[in-house]
Amino acid sequence: MDVLQIVIVIGMLALIAKPLGNYVYHVFSNESNRTDRLFGWVEKPIFAAIGLRHRAGMTWKRYALSFIAVNFALVAVSYVLLRAQNGLPLNPNGIGGMEPTLVLNTVISFITNTNLQHYSGETGLSYFSQMAVIMMMMFTSAATGFSVAVAFVRGITGKGKTLGNFFEDFVKAHTRIFFPLALVVTLVLVALQVPQTLDPTLSVTTLQGTAQQIAIGPVASLEAIKHLGTNGGGFFGVNSAHPFENPNALTNVIEILSMWALPAALPFMYGRFAKNGKQGWVVFSAMMALFLVFLTVAYTAEKSGNPALEALGIDASQGSMEGKEVRFGIAQSALFTTVTTAATTGTVNNMHDTLTPLGGLVPLAEMMLNVVFGGKGVGLVNMLMYAMLAVFICGLMVGRTPEFLGRKLEPREMKLIAVAILAHPFIILAPTAIAFLTDLGKGSISNPGFHGISQVLYEYTSAAANNGSGFEGLADNTSFWNITTGLVMFFGRYVSMIALLAVAGSLVRKQWVPETIGTFRTDNALFAVLLVGTVILIGALTFLPAIVLGPVAEHLTIRQ
Amino acid sequence: MNEKRKKSLFSGPLVAGALKASVIKLNPAVMMKNPVMFVVEVGTAIVLLMTLLPGYFDAKDRIGFNLAVFLILLFTLLFANFAEALAEGRGKAQADTLKRTKKEITANKLLNGGAAVKTVPSTELRKGDIVVVSQGEMIPGDGEVVEGLASVDESAITGESAPVIKEAGGDFNSVTGGTRVVSDRIKVRITSDPGETFIDRMIALVEGAKRQKTPNEIALNTLLISLTLVFLIVVVTLGPIASYVDVKLEVPVLIALLVCLIPTTIGGLLSAIGIAGMDRVTQFNVLAMSGKAVEAAGDINTMILDKTGTITFGNRMASDIVPVGGAGGDETAAWAAIASLQDETPEGRSVLAWMRKNGKAFDASLADGGGFVEFKAETRMSGIDLSDGRRVRKGAVDAVRKWAAAQGGAVPDDLGKQSDRIASEGGTPLAVAVDERIFGVVYLKDTVKPGMKERFDQLRAMGIKTIMCTGDNPLTAATIAREAGVDDFIAESKPEDKIAVIRREQADGKLVAMTGDGTNDAPALAQADVGLAMNSGTTAAKEAANMVDLDSDPSKIIEVVAIGKQLLMTRGALTTFSIANDIAKYFAIIPAMFMLAIPEMDALNVMRLGSPLSAILSALIFNAIIIPLLIPLAMKGVAYRPMSAARLLGRNLFVYGAGGVVAPFIGIKLIDLIVHAWI
Repeated sequence: MDVLQIVIVIGMLALIAKPLGNYVYHVFSNESNRTDRLFGWVEKPIFAAIGLRHRAGMTWKRYALSFIAVNFALVAVSYVLLRAQNGLPLNPNGIGGMEPTLVLNTVISFITNTNLQHYSGETGLSYFSQMAVIMMMMFTSAATGFSVAVAFVRGITGKGKTLGNFFEDFVKAHTRIFFPLALVVTLVLVALQVPQTLDPTLSVTTLQGTAQQIAIGPVASLEAIKHLGTNGGGFFGVNSAHPFENPNALTNVIEILSMWALPAALPFMYGRFAKNGKQGWVVFSAMMALFLVFLTVAYTAEKSGNPALEALGIDASQGSMEGKEVRFGIAQSALFTTVTTAATTGTVNNMHDTLTPLGGLVPLAEMMLNVVFGGKGVGLVNMLMYAMLAVFICGLMVGRTPEFLGRKLEPREMKLIAVAILAHPFIILAPTAIAFLTDLGKGSISNPGFHGISQVLYEYTSAAANNGSGFEGLADNTSFWNITTGLVMFFGRYVSMIALLAVAGSLVRKQWVPETIGTFRTDNALFAVLLVGTVILIGALTFLPAIVLGPVAEHLTIRQ
Repeated sequence: MNEKRKKSLFSGPLVAGALKASVIKLNPAVMMKNPVMFVVEVGTAIVLLMTLLPGYFDAKDRIGFNLAVFLILLFTLLFANFAEALAEGRGKAQADTLKRTKKEITANKLLNGGAAVKTVPSTELRKGDIVVVSQGEMIPGDGEVVEGLASVDESAITGESAPVIKEAGGDFNSVTGGTRVVSDRIKVRITSDPGETFIDRMIALVEGAKRQKTPNEIALNTLLISLTLVFLIVVVTLGPIASYVDVKLEVPVLIALLVCLIPTTIGGLLSAIGIAGMDRVTQFNVLAMSGKAVEAAGDINTMILDKTGTITFGNRMASDIVPVGGAGGDETAAWAAIASLQDETPEGRSVLAWMRKNGKAFDASLADGGGFVEFKAETRMSGIDLSDGRRVRKGAVDAVRKWAAAQGGAVPDDLGKQSDRIASEGGTPLAVAVDERIFGVVYLKDTVKPGMKERFDQLRAMGIKTIMCTGDNPLTAATIAREAGVDDFIAESKPEDKIAVIRREQADGKLVAMTGDGTNDAPALAQADVGLAMNSGTTAAKEAANMVDLDSDPSKIIEVVAIGKQLLMTRGALTTFSIANDIAKYFAIIPAMFMLAIPEMDALNVMRLGSPLSAILSALIFNAIIIPLLIPLAMKGVAYRPMSAARLLGRNLFVYGAGGVVAPFIGIKLIDLIVHAWI
């Protein structure tokens, strides 16, 4: 039954991914098509209003500058709104202004699509802030990531000289992808009993006669974009484990597919841009292969239960249900966990802190890789970076200097890629080490021993991969954690985005090399294997020592 | 010199020199140029300090282990240096030989427009000076023959002992300093200043003094450095993280982990691979002006080849003798042979060769006492006037026809038909006549060199397109092209056409290789990505090209491409091998590091290594000795046979990728068996 559930969800994803990828391609290929008529009337006034008449293509520098400028403006507005939320409308519960380091952490968290939440939604945000700041950034950060990924793909596949126009991509990502899909998902969730209201918190008297406050609000709309945009920031502190965010198994599946479908569709979009569908399949297969391995580990680890509890004589036949919702069970929890960290959404329907050690290793590892589907375009861009590395290392073995999609990979590209592959481990491991060296950091860890290592590692990995899920159990709303994770999220997002846009900018100007029988092929099964191998050798092994000291050591020591 | 070049990889003096150099190269200032190995050197220095001052570092109980780590690290460095020094040493040996030939040449410089001769050392010669070189003297510098003709022994450069003819004017006027005139006397105008001569450049090249990293090497180095930095981050942060669970990691152990993880194998061998690749080209008697040119050769998409001399022998050879007008076949052949008996042209000799090959006999005594008639441009015939008065002629069909007709002979009806057929097939017909009677036609054909077809097939399998250039008419060109198996041809081509083709191919993003020797080839040689000039060619051609073939064999361009590919493949194979090795090293060191504090870690000790100490030492030892074990491969290059990219990749990936994963598991286990028994 468990396996059947999982197979059905994966099967549904496989059915959606390719057509959706085609659709996304048509949105961004900028060739006229049927969707123009459907959305043109919304976009024309927007383009006119922002003075975007020619929509000229941009160099990578202009493109990067544009998206950074837009992000910066959004951050500035959001900062003011959060600080001043007590004086703003739609605050029926009278929530006060936010503390500065927490605001800083929150705005960075949402603009970088991380949604690491050091606040709790019910008590920390007004309805206005939820909508004007949190949801607004959920849309814009997802659209930013999408646009950058599209620009990157245009750069490495296109024969044009530019990466496209950021403002056009940004608007279209909203009008043609996120708004329509969010609308549909919201309505479906409302139909499935997820609240959508501006009424204040309910005060009810329970059957025992005690008074209880029940938080409600515009939940369904946030829930929709939270997943579609692979954002992950919950309306409530406990995120999708909360019965109002994710009431039943059906909403659970809808939420899984909402966050998974777009990242899984992007490889196919890439295949269309590359004018070679097989290229898309190779990337998709590599991602799927890694995903299935992780899912298997997570599921079997959770299913086989926690030996420490078994030792206490607790029946473990159901598996490790600690921290899981009974309405989801092991299968739906393991699947949700694997998807949310694969797609770097960060929404959770169970507490990752209470996963078995190996079950907890899965989300950690997926975020460390950040290529197993990955969120909002970043996953595709990262995977393509690994593809370039694979080509660079193994391509030489066919006796030619390395070429990727008909362009030579030369020192400039390798320098930029080096920045990206260096940044990720650095912003995870360096702050982790600092946290263990300082009392400020160590003071927040709630578990001693190996699990404490996992907690800290998880926090920074989640921040660096712009995932945003928490291992929780870490008392993380302190200046130390707000500032360090804020910085990690910031660099995690922008360093690799800018470096890889620069790679695309450099490749797009290169002379094409014609493909011959002597060319290293990147559109076959062998390359998919190579790609997975490169991800493991260069991406995963880096973190092995830290992982061994965390989840692996924990696993080995509780087995006895 | 040729013999010296073919010396074995590990000959005595070379190894001795390399051993010395590998110690000298430990100088940190030199080491800095190779950041991967520099990190190892810093680690080595730290461990040395800890061994020497154990009290200061609180490491008194671990002196033995630290000393062992220090020694292994030191050897890792020495091995890497040795690889580079060995590769350089081979070039140096060649350079020394060349330098000896350069020493103390005196020149007879002409002064006052040739009125006086002054003896000066060759180092005082400047561009434009004119010198006289007589029999037995060394030519003092690169130049062009302006007067006279001489045979020159160029073995100092080419290794080929047979002298070559150099004469004023034409494409054979360039001479190289350091070569010896063996007969006659020539006047040479010097074309290069001291220090810039061909030999100087050659010395610099083989010595590797001017060796610049190629773009691919720079890119690969960038990757290796970034991997090194990644692992540096991993190892540096591991201490604080481990301290949280009270695992104390000793500095030498962390250094051991770092050295094992960073790509020392490829880091240590990278420059040796590059130098050895250049050296293989040199040993092949081709001088590449830069490593970039050799790499570009591996990337070639299109190859432009001259028909004459490269694809065909260039001489038209008899391939058939066709009787006309009812004459007998043997009879016609016999007359053709008699006409050619004293004809020393390649065409004439080929007729006799054809007779022998086809077992045709004829009475050579008929020609005794006859008078040979040489080929003249006016008559366009050659032959023999026999002592019995009969006159035998062989020559252009219309010339012979006129000659026979003038004597009242009837022209056979099928002469025209046969000669047209031969011409249409790309051959040249030569009519054979005795007095007024025309016996038949010799079918002369430009013959494709043996083995060319197979080589073009190989090139096609490698994805390289071949274009043949020829001055022949389109019909002839098509025939040869089909016979040789080239992909495309340009008939009636002029030198400008080559440039046009190169530009056209380059516009499509293709890399183009070509060979040439004449001055009018120079622009095309310069335009091509790989231009191979013949040493026998003009100075202009040699200067425009980025490679010079000392043997002047234009078909060598094909081998140069293979060497370029091999160089790139070797680099890729060893990089893959080096990175794939990390898996096993992790499984050796990680459990060993933590096992004392966390005994359960033994579950990760999949290789069942004897003890934590022996595991760490074994991984380090493996990491060190893999470098010298791979030196022969780095120097000789991985085996290369032309095949498609997909098959090449599959094969190399299996050997170096899968092999790179498996080999260290076995290697470390074996070393551990020994080390564990010993400590």
